[in-house]
Amino acid sequence: MSAQFEPIVGRYMHLELFGRPHRIYVEEAGEGTPLLCLHTAGSDGRQYRALMNDARVTSRHRVIAFDMPWHGKSSPPAGWHNEEYKLTSAQYTAMILTVMSALGLDKPIVMGCSIGGRIALHLALEHPECFRAIIGLQAGAHVDPYYDLNFLHRPDVHGGEVCGAIVSGLVGADAPEQERWETLWHYMQGGPGVFKGDLYFYKVDGDIRDRVGQIDTRRCPLFLLSGEFDYSCTPDETLAVANSVAGSHVTIMKGLGHFPMSENPEAFLNYLLPVLDMIKG
Amino acid sequence: MLEALKERVNQDAGLVRRGRYLTTTFLLQAGDTSWLISIFEGKIASVTRGPFVMPSSSFALRASEAEWRKFFLAKPPPGSNDLMALVRRKALKAEGELQVFMAHLRYFKEALAKLRPAAGGAA
Repeated sequence: MSAQFEPIVGRYMHLELFGRPHRIYVEEAGEGTPLLCLHTAGSDGRQYRALMNDARVTSRHRVIAFDMPWHGKSSPPAGWHNEEYKLTSAQYTAMILTVMSALGLDKPIVMGCSIGGRIALHLALEHPECFRAIIGLQAGAHVDPYYDLNFLHRPDVHGGEVCGAIVSGLVGADAPEQERWETLWHYMQGGPGVFKGDLYFYKVDGDIRDRVGQIDTRRCPLFLLSGEFDYSCTPDETLAVANSVAGSHVTIMKGLGHFPMSENPEAFLNYLLPVLDMIKG
Repeated sequence: MLEALKERVNQDAGLVRRGRYLTTTFLLQAGDTSWLISIFEGKIASVTRGPFVMPSSSFALRASEAEWRKFFLAKPPPGSNDLMALVRRKALKAEGELQVFMAHLRYFKEALAKLRPAAGGAA
């Protein structure tokens, strides 16, 4: 088999976040309307590899995914070795807006999954004017911890093994084996305590239940797509958001789980492409 | 319910290899029935059905018989497809020294999924 290159291009970007210098890895493919993609907790931008390789998306969109600090090929900031990583709503929002500005993105579509879906709700509420449309994948307003998060970061439990095993059941039943295990591999590669630090946002700081009803979809359209096998953000939790946000669009995706774009891209695109068509108008 | 566990786990060389640092005894409870499952270096050494007078185990997994039956279906519905899905719904209680359970979580998920008809092993 001769070597082939994917159309994805990756670069490292230096910029200041939260008053500190950061080195951030950014990938993109395609041309057209910018589509900024946010990965899940404890993973990285590789979750969007299939979208960036699909001409049905890239012929009309500039698809961009960056690895959050501490994730994937992005570095933690200098001094990280004496800190406990904890993601907050304010940091997450600032990070997304700063990256958008640095890349010169003019009113992109933003699409985030899980923690990315949660921050999408924050963005819809607080910065609707910055976006053409907002797509929340596996987006709920809050999740209470349902297991002891300390197991994700302690020396007598292998972090990579436990992070992969914790989320393995969140993959939908219909996921192809190769994509299922690629998705889990990303979790197994996360740095110590990073998944847990992301879940601080997901399960503590990012609770938006008392404000989600204030999202005004006349200022920015909101689309919600959730997989039926997700027991982290359950279909009922996404439907609750949809019911409290007038004008939002919601679809529960059959056979899919918590990582639709990564675990089963083909099935996911059947749901995403009509949404992109609607946004295009 | 658990009769086939020993043979099916021990026949899967990959699963046994991943469990090579796992030696423990845990208790699985389905309604009024309990089993003690002993594992030695990744192989199931014994599966003993109760009742027990004073069962000793590192940890216990307790759910109703109906919940386990749904978990053991060939294609479990959402919410029953994974041990953590049951935990999320508070349908499964994990009690005891859970470091053993969590350090080998993939092993326990895949071992118990072996009880599904024509199980492929992935849970």
